[in-house]
Amino acid sequence: MELTINGDLCEAQALTLADLLLERGYTAQCYATAVNGDLVHAIDRSSCLLVAEDKIEILMPMQGG
Amino acid sequence: MLNLYGVELLSRLLLGTAQYPSPAILCEAITAANASVITVSLRRATASTNAGADFWTLIKSLGLYILPNTAGCHSAKEAVTTARMARDVFGTNWIKLEVIGNHDTLQPDVFALVEAAQILCADGFDVFPYTTDDLIVGERLLDAGCKVLMPWCAPIGSAQGPQNIHALRSYRGHFPDVSLIIDAGIGRPSHATQIMELGFDGVLLNTAVAGANDPVGMAVAFAKAVEAGHQGFLSGMLEPRDFAVPSTPIIGKAVFS
Repeated sequence: MELTINGDLCEAQALTLADLLLERGYTAQCYATAVNGDLVHAIDRSSCLLVAEDKIEILMPMQGG
Repeated sequence: MLNLYGVELLSRLLLGTAQYPSPAILCEAITAANASVITVSLRRATASTNAGADFWTLIKSLGLYILPNTAGCHSAKEAVTTARMARDVFGTNWIKLEVIGNHDTLQPDVFALVEAAQILCADGFDVFPYTTDDLIVGERLLDAGCKVLMPWCAPIGSAQGPQNIHALRSYRGHFPDVSLIIDAGIGRPSHATQIMELGFDGVLLNTAVAGANDPVGMAVAFAKAVEAGHQGFLSGMLEPRDFAVPSTPIIGKAVFS
């Protein structure tokens, strides 16, 4: 199905957010995730079912002022 | 000691972590300044790099209080979601709430700021709002549940220093019992001293240290400047006088004519 991940259109096979992270190579343990503008806690990613055209944000710690 | 949401802190200098020449210099500057609180952010991850994990490991190793920000958010909704994502990653209720209203000045959108603060305070966050020196906005932020206010003294990264001393003095006077941190616009150590002499509780800055030729040396300079200003405020400074006042006693002066 077609998803938008961090602003880029992508074709993905994964059905859950947890599987999507693995499929796309996000293997570090420090990501924050949101689907369609709402936070999805790390512990909820396995049960977070994706549907076509979902907009997914995957964020990581970064320097900030 | 500085008290922020019940946490007692030795240092009144809060430091950002962006724009340093290297991670090593970042760590050295923070350590040299004896900062207790450092700010961090969240940005889009790429699967091909471990930069986020490496940075987070480095920051955690410093053992300091982490203040995540919502930098770059332009709506209450964006800021609230970013704050919740930050709590999920950084494991703290502290959030430096920024809702930007203008690209050129990076001036906060104070209406969206108050809206976001209401939501986040109700959600258990300890909100550190980046705001202007407007007193009424400050009152609304306190009504929302904020216990710390962080007015700017000049636009972010401008290095202009305090642009409206009278407004800052009024701000301190209007909120005598609130922890007040000046956030943004500081360029040199004397700016920090000037602010602390007004009775502000602390200073948060980034670019003035990270962008210096010698960030470690500048971190030390700011730490001393903040402490000097605070000690001066506590010690009771003289008000300016219109006329000269001799410091050496007149009584006992010899007469030669």
